[in-house]
Amino acid sequence: MPEQVDVPEGGCGLVGSARWSRPPWQDLGCHGEKSPCWSRFDGRTCDPVGDLRWSSSGRTEACESSCWRSSWRTVSCEWDPTVEQGKSVRSPPPEDEEAAETTCDELGATPILPPPVLLVKGLVKQHIDSFNYFINVEIKKIMKANEKVTSDADPMWYLKYLNIYVGTPDVEESFNVTRPVSPHECRLRDMTYSAPITVDIEYTRGSQRIIRNALPIGRMPIMLRSSNCVLTGKTPAEFAKLNECPLDPGGYFIVKGVEKVILIQEQLSKNRIIVEADRKGTVGASVTSSTHEKKSRTNLIVKQGRFYLRHNTLSEDIPIAIIFKKCNIRAKFTKRESVKITNLPDTDMGLLLALLVLHAMGVESDQEIVQMIGTEEHVMAAFAPSLEECQKAQIFTQMQALKYIGNKVRRQRMWGGPKKTKMEEARELLASTILTHVLVKEFNFRAKCIYTAVMVRRVILAQGENKVDDRDYYGNKRLELAGQGNWSLKRFKMDRQGVTQVLSRLSYISALGMMTRISSQFEKTRKVSGPRSLQPSQWGMLCPSDTPEGEACGLVKNLALMTHITTDMEDGPIIKLASNLGVEDVNLLCGEELSYPNVFLVFLNGNILGVIRDHQKLVNTFRIMRRAGYINEFVSISTNLSDRCVYISSDGGRLCRPYIIVKKQKPAVTNKHMEELAQGYRNFEDFLHEGLVEYLDVNEENDCNIALYEHTINKDTTHLEIEPFTLLGVCAGLIPYPHHNQSPRNTYQCAMGKQAMGTIGYNQRNRIDTLMYLLAYPQKPMVKTKTIELIDFEKLPAGQNATVAVMSYSGYDIEDALVLNKASLDRGFGRCLVYKNAKCTLKRYTNQTFDKVMGPMLDAATRKPIWRHEILDADGICSPEDAFLIKMLLRQTRRPEIGDKFSSRHGQKGVCGLIVPQEDMPFCDTGICPDIIMNPHGFPSRMTVGKLIELLAGKAGVLDGRFHYGTAFGGSKVKDVCEDLIRHGYNYLGKDYVTSGITGEPLEAYIYFGPVYYQKLKHMVLDKMHARARGPRAVLTRQPTEGRSRDGGLRLGEMERDCLIGYGASMLLLERLMISSDAFEVDVCGQCGLLGYSGWCHYCKSSCHVSSLRIPYACKLLFQELQSMNIIPRLKLAKYNE
Amino acid sequence: MAAKRRTDEMRDRVVLGEFGVRNVHTTDFPGNYPGYEDAWDQRRFEEEFRVDVIREEEGTLEFDMVGIDAAIANAFRRILLAEVPTMAVEKVFVYNNTSIVQDEILAHRLGLIPIRADPRLFEYRNQGDEEGTEIDTLQFQLKIKCSRNPQAAKESSDPNELYFNHKVYSKHMTWVPLGNQTDLFPDADFRPVHDDILIALLRPGQEIDVLMHCVKGIGKDHAKFSPVATASYRLLPDITLLQPVEDEAAELLQKCFSPGVIEIQNIKGKKVARVANARLDTFSREVFRHEGLKNLVRLARVRNHYIFSVESTGILPPDVLVSEAIKILMGKCQRFLNELDSVPME
Repeated sequence: MPEQVDVPEGGCGLVGSARWSRPPWQDLGCHGEKSPCWSRFDGRTCDPVGDLRWSSSGRTEACESSCWRSSWRTVSCEWDPTVEQGKSVRSPPPEDEEAAETTCDELGATPILPPPVLLVKGLVKQHIDSFNYFINVEIKKIMKANEKVTSDADPMWYLKYLNIYVGTPDVEESFNVTRPVSPHECRLRDMTYSAPITVDIEYTRGSQRIIRNALPIGRMPIMLRSSNCVLTGKTPAEFAKLNECPLDPGGYFIVKGVEKVILIQEQLSKNRIIVEADRKGTVGASVTSSTHEKKSRTNLIVKQGRFYLRHNTLSEDIPIAIIFKKCNIRAKFTKRESVKITNLPDTDMGLLLALLVLHAMGVESDQEIVQMIGTEEHVMAAFAPSLEECQKAQIFTQMQALKYIGNKVRRQRMWGGPKKTKMEEARELLASTILTHVLVKEFNFRAKCIYTAVMVRRVILAQGENKVDDRDYYGNKRLELAGQGNWSLKRFKMDRQGVTQVLSRLSYISALGMMTRISSQFEKTRKVSGPRSLQPSQWGMLCPSDTPEGEACGLVKNLALMTHITTDMEDGPIIKLASNLGVEDVNLLCGEELSYPNVFLVFLNGNILGVIRDHQKLVNTFRIMRRAGYINEFVSISTNLSDRCVYISSDGGRLCRPYIIVKKQKPAVTNKHMEELAQGYRNFEDFLHEGLVEYLDVNEENDCNIALYEHTINKDTTHLEIEPFTLLGVCAGLIPYPHHNQSPRNTYQCAMGKQAMGTIGYNQRNRIDTLMYLLAYPQKPMVKTKTIELIDFEKLPAGQNATVAVMSYSGYDIEDALVLNKASLDRGFGRCLVYKNAKCTLKRYTNQTFDKVMGPMLDAATRKPIWRHEILDADGICSPEDAFLIKMLLRQTRRPEIGDKFSSRHGQKGVCGLIVPQEDMPFCDTGICPDIIMNPHGFPSRMTVGKLIELLAGKAGVLDGRFHYGTAFGGSKVKDVCEDLIRHGYNYLGKDYVTSGITGEPLEAYIYFGPVYYQKLKHMVLDKMHARARGPRAVLTRQPTEGRSRDGGLRLGEMERDCLIGYGASMLLLERLMISSDAFEVDVCGQCGLLGYSGWCHYCKSSCHVSSLRIPYACKLLFQELQSMNIIPRLKLAKYNE
Repeated sequence: MAAKRRTDEMRDRVVLGEFGVRNVHTTDFPGNYPGYEDAWDQRRFEEEFRVDVIREEEGTLEFDMVGIDAAIANAFRRILLAEVPTMAVEKVFVYNNTSIVQDEILAHRLGLIPIRADPRLFEYRNQGDEEGTEIDTLQFQLKIKCSRNPQAAKESSDPNELYFNHKVYSKHMTWVPLGNQTDLFPDADFRPVHDDILIALLRPGQEIDVLMHCVKGIGKDHAKFSPVATASYRLLPDITLLQPVEDEAAELLQKCFSPGVIEIQNIKGKKVARVANARLDTFSREVFRHEGLKNLVRLARVRNHYIFSVESTGILPPDVLVSEAIKILMGKCQRFLNELDSVPME
């Protein structure tokens, strides 16, 4: 048995995972080699050793000594009445692998990728990948986009950035002396874990060109486990040396000692045309363009049948035809002059016209416009009014159009710079600001024209047929991460709040849950259901259960287990490939082709690439090439038949996840592959490269036929799900048998799992957090899930397996209250440790004084420390010499008491209502008595069948000495589990014959009895209980303060007041509302009705009518405030007996 | 006749039905049943009451207690759990603890270690008494420091080889006699019952140095004083076949019970089921799942036949515990009688 204590069960699993999962992203490199044994490292530095042992061996210890006479511990050893005790006690739980195998068998033929594969990308890989991309690639692009600085004063002078680097985290110890830091040091010393940003620059001095390298220009906080983090590529042993937990996912920053996460932000796709109806039902299109230089939003709207372009740089909407006028001219390609007669009222049109580089006049141009938009009857009809409008405005040439637009440009003249004419300005605007993402070279607006035309066409086609795009569709969404410019940028006038949050370290799960959280830009206050409701395209990408209740419901979401978020990719090679595959450049077409029924438009990241005739072939070839590894696996291609488009996406922020490819109705992954994977000959990367598995994003997923299970494959099937349970996220993954629960219960559990206390990491004892809750004896759950294994919840558990009897007892269990066994509490059930910290900074003041740590103050007479300082050592604190920041960690051990909150993993929370001595507890034939008694009324309305099954599986597992699985859409079957119960002489239904501990007679009912995993939640009475008789009052109103932290009073609220009024208890009312609150003696003049002072009315200059009465101070305050506003409240006094 | 049988069943048997237990309560109060003499009678009680020890192994005792009321039997069980005193660590004086186990947790763990010391030799400590004396306190010391093993192989990763004393076991606790305890208990060997209870893990440089005071206490106060791992009873099973069960049904029936409960005999070429040893059954009530069998069997338990099972923690042998429990109950009765006597009759 002792051996078991030595080798934490986790060790082996980890090794394996490292071997399997070496992603190609490794160069950005987040997961390095992991060494097998956490336990190998040196113990001096590290409490964690012990700590993790404890956590993993809580049960072990129980077994080691029969002296641990607990009832709740007996669960693990004494279930089996037929086997002699000693033996059953000592049989170790089966190896994890073994258990895993069993489930594999259960699920039959579906190939199951073992855990490590699923986690190839890691749980927080999205954050790390994104940040890596940012500091290694994107930052250089941003620099390139803004590389040159010139001066108006000296045209010869310039400064150019040549290169930019982000270094590795360090601290400046003293002037110019830096030293690498570890993240944990930053946490402890309240520092920022950041690295210097250095640049190479080139500038002129006189006529000289000077190059300077490695100039620091600032510091960048470094994400933990990113490519520049010191933790990258370290073994668990090295982690331990750095006081880090190898299970900690990383992906957050440390800023001034506080761990901060940048939440994933959900946004509408950039550079995509979104056609949608406004509130009045009119259809419009909008595009949010974004490039490195600019961001802008362009709207295409319809007013009275005419198309207008709306942009915030234009003071009013511009008729679309005018825009075309400008764009449509093929300056470089035709010499033909076109005469455009279009109406000016609408700015869009004018804009278009203005763009004409040639003297755009006449029929040809109008024709061209119409050709581009579409020559179908109804399309032309729809567009005709716009052309007309252009004509009405007397705009026929590009010049006129530009002039028109120029007048509408919102003036935001920048200082300096050569003066531009209005026309130039308009041209500039059209070229660079409106639809920025469509590149305009040398004012050749061809591409932009076509793009605008496509927008118009979309809107026309969408009219009537109501084929508007769905804003909530996840193919139209992009998720922004740390690396994607999430923070405030002055350049884009963006300032978002609440993007970073402090990482919640309440439990391991809460930290993990935070890393997968997605917040939506949508306003929380608006009462709309659309963005909040579950979208079918969320399937498999976002967890359907994990969302908060209340105002953020549905707006805050969580990633599913296997979801990956893409980063930007080079599009150059894709463009080349596309043209090789037969995509024709739009600029070479006359425009009419766009609306041919057999021609498909090809878009790349929202830009029109060209057209293709045989789209099917294009898509197929593209996919083949991707599977062969010629194209990055995260490039997606999908067809939209109704819009006749092929979309290729290589942009960042798309949601995607892996699927098994199905060929000829057979999954590409075979058992042989799986064996090789298990043996480590292959890894997941190989699978990807060999075309066995591929990543699909939401759009492409919609273009595929995906089978859920192998037996559902038919001739149309293109892909196979890897594992259905991965559609749940991290938090929902903890729930056993979630598919048997009513869905809100799973949602509740997702919220509650984050409040459960347990273990937070192997380095928990080295941390000095403001608040930390730990469980004294955490256990891994008897009924686990695949997700639990994947996320290592077993190594950092938060809860205990409690023996539960579902019965009523004593009446102290109504309303979900629980009855606890006192002996269980004595033995350590639910015992927790609360850590708080106290901080103190030693300061130096300007007057040369400074703070200093002193020993205890001595009493003058006795030469002994005064009583307040008795506890201090002679030096006050250990080695305070250079200390600048002093942190103290305070600890409290708590055993559960009445009012403490517990919860199972099924959203069934309850407070402890009564603690009962063990001898009063009911016991079954084998002498087991429950740790917890739960009232059966908790079940019918909640419908948490999963909990019932968890109990059965837990009981069977405890009898057999093994763990059962409650994995979603799988897990151990009830039938098998119940057979196990029978085998051990227990009832098939899990209901036992139970004797009352009080009377000694049997109970009339059979009792549902067995282990359920219970979490202790952070809400404890000790932190909440509050009472006050007298105490502090608020300065202004003289009423008692509010809240426990201010030792406040207990409010007798409006409703309570109503009750007293209704009851007629006037004296009580008076007492509560005035006498016990803010009674105040005032002198009132009966003549003028104003407040006097000291028996003297200052208004009447008399004291003869002044009487003294008691009113609430707040009332007096009101009178005076009213007076200050020139309102005189007068009191009318009368003798009460008159 | 049938009526009498029914009444007898109601009086003597707890019947396990498919959906619940019937005749749960004791009903044989005087006057409750016509024709039965239920008034308590010393002679009859002595005739009927018996205690048979079934199994006595190290630390566990199984015995039958027949002919007694549930209240009394339960009282024994309750007293065993909560009122038979033992010695356990109550105060821990931490001189040094650099291990990762927090002081409170360490103290809690030490408290739960059963100490082999006969509680009958000690007195209860008076309330508010901080200093222990030799009559009410046993002192133990745990002083251990972990160090590196210089001989360990360089590449070894086995902590057992790398370090000395990295596991703190209960065997490391040593008795430190207080006052004249050496003379009081010349051949006493006070120590934890088990040597291999793991208390903490250490790494080189870490050290635990604590002094513990064991005092006498009862399980009601804290579970650590409870002398039993568990003490409970069950009623003797009584399984009756209402009709003859033969052949396949017999085999099926056999499978519905714990092994050894139903025996199959070969009578005239027919396999006939017979209840061999009902005592072995654990009442999985499997019969009720078989439509064809459920009406052929009556599952019941003998109301006044208690099969006790006492598992000692090892501090005292279970038979001693039981007799202690009886003594405590007798003491309580005596006190009650004394109280009654001391109240002046009106």
